[in-house]
Amino acid sequence: MSTFKHIGKDFIPHDVVAKVTGTAKYAEDFRADGMVFCKLLTSPMPHARVKNIDAAEALKMEGVLGMITADDIPAGPPGFAPSLTREPMYVGEPILAVAALSEQAAEDAIERIKIDYEPLPFTFDPLESLFPGGKDARGDGFNTGTLAGLPPGKIKWTAADFARVKTGDELPMGKPAEEWNYGDVEAQFKQCKVVYEERFVTASLAHHSMEPRTCMAYWQNGKCFVHASLQSQSFALPPLAQMLGVKPEEVVLIAEYCGGGFGSKGSAYPSMVIPAYMSKKLGKPVMMRISRAEEYYLGSARNAFQGNIKIGFDASGKLLAADVYVVQDSGAHISFWDYRAFGDALALVYQPKAMRWRGVPIFCNAPTRTAQRGPGQNQLACIMEPLVDRAARELKLDRVEIRKRNNPVNGSLAGGDEGKRGPVTSAYIKEALDKGRARFNWDERKKKSGQKNGPRVTGIGVGQAFHPAGFAGFDGLLCLKPDGKLHIHTGVGNLGTFSHSGTARIAAEVLKVDWENCVIERGDSRKNLPWNIGQFGSNTSYTMTRTNFVAAQDMLAKLKEIAAQDLGGKPDDYDVDGAKVFVKANPSKSLSYGDAAKRAIALGGRFDGHELPKDINPMTQASATALAGQGLIGVAKDNLPWSGQPAAFAACFIEIELDLETGMHRIVDLVSVADCGTVIHPMGLATQIKGGAVQGVGMATLERLVFDPQNGLPANVGFHQQKPPSYLDLPTEMFTDAVDKADPSNPVGAKGVGEPLLGASASALLCAISDAMGGHVFNRTPVLPDMIVNQMAGRPQPRKPLSINTQ
Amino acid sequence: MSRDMMPTFELYQPDSLEGALKLSKDVEKSWLVAGGQDSYDWFKDRAKRPEALIDISGITALKGIRESEAGLEVGALTTLTEIAESEVVKSKYTVLARAAARVASPQIRNAATLGGNLCQDARCWYYRAGVDCYRAGGNTCYADTPQGQNREHCLFGAARCIAVSPSDVAPAVVALEAAIVIASDAGTREVPAEEFFIGPAVDITRMTILKPGEVVTAVRFPKKWAGAKFYFEKVADRATWDFALVNVASAMIIEEGTIKEARIVCGAVECVPRRLKSVEQAVIGQPQNEDTALIAGRTASQGATPVQYNGYKIPLMENLVRRAVRDS
Repeated sequence: MSTFKHIGKDFIPHDVVAKVTGTAKYAEDFRADGMVFCKLLTSPMPHARVKNIDAAEALKMEGVLGMITADDIPAGPPGFAPSLTREPMYVGEPILAVAALSEQAAEDAIERIKIDYEPLPFTFDPLESLFPGGKDARGDGFNTGTLAGLPPGKIKWTAADFARVKTGDELPMGKPAEEWNYGDVEAQFKQCKVVYEERFVTASLAHHSMEPRTCMAYWQNGKCFVHASLQSQSFALPPLAQMLGVKPEEVVLIAEYCGGGFGSKGSAYPSMVIPAYMSKKLGKPVMMRISRAEEYYLGSARNAFQGNIKIGFDASGKLLAADVYVVQDSGAHISFWDYRAFGDALALVYQPKAMRWRGVPIFCNAPTRTAQRGPGQNQLACIMEPLVDRAARELKLDRVEIRKRNNPVNGSLAGGDEGKRGPVTSAYIKEALDKGRARFNWDERKKKSGQKNGPRVTGIGVGQAFHPAGFAGFDGLLCLKPDGKLHIHTGVGNLGTFSHSGTARIAAEVLKVDWENCVIERGDSRKNLPWNIGQFGSNTSYTMTRTNFVAAQDMLAKLKEIAAQDLGGKPDDYDVDGAKVFVKANPSKSLSYGDAAKRAIALGGRFDGHELPKDINPMTQASATALAGQGLIGVAKDNLPWSGQPAAFAACFIEIELDLETGMHRIVDLVSVADCGTVIHPMGLATQIKGGAVQGVGMATLERLVFDPQNGLPANVGFHQQKPPSYLDLPTEMFTDAVDKADPSNPVGAKGVGEPLLGASASALLCAISDAMGGHVFNRTPVLPDMIVNQMAGRPQPRKPLSINTQ
Repeated sequence: MSRDMMPTFELYQPDSLEGALKLSKDVEKSWLVAGGQDSYDWFKDRAKRPEALIDISGITALKGIRESEAGLEVGALTTLTEIAESEVVKSKYTVLARAAARVASPQIRNAATLGGNLCQDARCWYYRAGVDCYRAGGNTCYADTPQGQNREHCLFGAARCIAVSPSDVAPAVVALEAAIVIASDAGTREVPAEEFFIGPAVDITRMTILKPGEVVTAVRFPKKWAGAKFYFEKVADRATWDFALVNVASAMIIEEGTIKEARIVCGAVECVPRRLKSVEQAVIGQPQNEDTALIAGRTASQGATPVQYNGYKIPLMENLVRRAVRDS
């Protein structure tokens, strides 16, 4: 496909008008006959055992209908966050839910419930839990464990490990939970011209989904109807059914609109099933609106790190060796493997000749944490990029050049583990840096670095980041109906990127259908949706273009077959365009798409979905079966060749003015460039790039979760305390661009987009701050005004190098 | 932790000051509310539980900006946006306009009133979380402990409580030597702004001298400072929707390069707007230059007693005061 009909062209996604006019219905906007409300009673303590619940008075109150506790919801696997609990492990963890005719009545009842708590030890510092005999976050004996590959367990370091270092200033580095290495790290360090070893901390920060995870559920005719706020559609259904204790076909999941997730709504989450269980108990539909404060308890946050990083460069700026140790504060329950991604991303983005990675995730009494846009990779960018600048400064190298000196190219090895390192499918980070460099006018502008205007100093920064960007093996499903309309069924959720439509356009492209004649079927499991990947991990562009491509190829072949049957000749004699399949040699001999659909229904069998491929997922099978007889069916599993790791990159350039006397900065200019393969939807991409850049500003300089370690209280449970950037914290104009070079392993050249955009801007901003301060200072995110003021005044910082969860 | 669920309450909406004062006296467990930007936060979290709200926002007599021979009177219900955009305030009492323009966010400034801003309660995050601290009637301070997260807390005037005055407008009001007009059913009184704000040593449960049954009706600005040299600056983590880490407001009368009169006030360093009298004394009679500014800055932080995380406020305050003297 050299010239595209749809790909690379802007379009108005069908959901945009509803979103901007307010007619879009989110979970909270639905109502059902007899619907009641439920509210949560959440823990006031960071860790406690619920010895007794006395709800007698509450349940007698007017309008109060019932209560469910942890006893009413089956427990999940050990270590995973429960929906309701008798052992809350953070302030705000739900203990029970009360249903009533109104939310006020439910809350009034909750105030009358008397709970007898037995306070238990708690901690907000992984190093405290790693200390022999130190306090653990959980009462079940586990202090470590992660989502995949590291089952819940217990790790304690030795007193000797701790005795070797100065408390709070150095990382003890006892036995890790996991480790890998390749090359001869020590030998490579000996070859280095400069070697840096630093302790670092990256703070946890909330996902800030604009729409809290409100949910409404009811049971009807043997099915559970769930209106939920989710990034994903099809992918979330099986785990939701499992949590509800029913079969997937017994769940109707409606998630047509979602007000942001950023990783926190990638699949079914524990609180989602509370209204369904309450509804089952009461026999009434139940709405559970989640408040902003509750969203900070239930809505997840990024994993925090304490770590030690040692890196060495040769005189040319080549990174020869890296040795990193990451201690992850995972929150109270099983979380994502950010700590692994930190090491894997370092190995890929900077291609050190030898490297060792060690990591251990540890539970703390903070709300559940999960993947947040670039989990691990973006923490790496924030810590590593300023250190690269430090090397560039010391080695007198251009900062863009030192990055390119280390960057991967097509086929470079990804991952870290010696035996498992495989190639990336494509890598155009160097091109992204070059494009941004030109657009930003780096070579000229860097001369302004350090220029003073009174106390205000110009800082120029460049940053880069990476994220894996695609999977394979999911299904595509299309139905061409007798009216000539192409129905593109997609299980892609509506996480705000328009990828449900962007990836669907690949089917329209292959079949050369006008966009006006396409109907996107999505957002409701009753719409016969195929088994698709979840909308997380920057996977959708790569993965779902493949599924729509294979389904369209299947339909294309069937169209030609039908035409050959009806009009003579061989299928290969035919081509498609203008809603027709026609003889290449004689285009006037043709069959319209509508007629082809009618013929498919008449032919039956595999043409209209009565016979289906054996390798498709049962969900796709059921959906295609439901569509059988309605038109020409295109259905296939993505069995396209897939070797290597699709890799998304981004580069960002930022100019700031930093006031050294107040610590406040102003972003003067921001240019961000994505390496996301072929651009599918330019407007959607620009929005993605800007959104990522804005989140990066928050991660770098504003946002962090703070806990009082003595009382276990969370310091920030509202937008004004969490401080995500507002539009007044940003330049009015931000520039975006893309490399737009095709990934060879994707039929349209697409690969992931979303995640590295955050890390690129966060690290560029941190590098710009260091630049304005005359060199690298802080191995910590976020960098706050008070840190800068202290530094410039020569005052000691109140935070020790490894202080975590502090202000 | 019960959060974000407003309880039910009775609502009264008087259209006159007299009506409001009467209701305030007659209705038990009542609470006066205007813009609501402080109050609703408390109610939503059920940390303060009035049974009735007396919404005074409909009393038109308490709105508006009026210039007179004596100076300027601004009604307590005037919104911060109106103040920030007022031509007379911008041209003659510039420091007030600048301070009002830096409060919170545009949306909040559209709803928030001058009176509400001056009367707002402490923003110490522990106190706002609803804990039983001294200020809330308990017997401890959660912020002033070895591990307390007290980056936003005070440098001066700690007395069991270490919360700060959160207002951006209050330092400007004190710098302008304004008077607060207070009404009650006993009549009306005028109090100098400096005396209006009180610290924990005076009364740990209140931020102002207002007693139950009293309401701020206006703020009067004397003509003396109209058109003086002004300076306002606020430092916060975010450019918008954030409380000050430190702010400074100053008014100076400068003749031929010499500082004749000065009032310099810092916010967010003490439980009240901190008027820096020793700085004023140090600069009066001095030329307005870098040397004077340096002395002013150093003088500003004298006597500061920082806690664990707020030591940065010392250099920050010094820098801001230096700028105020040098750059106004």
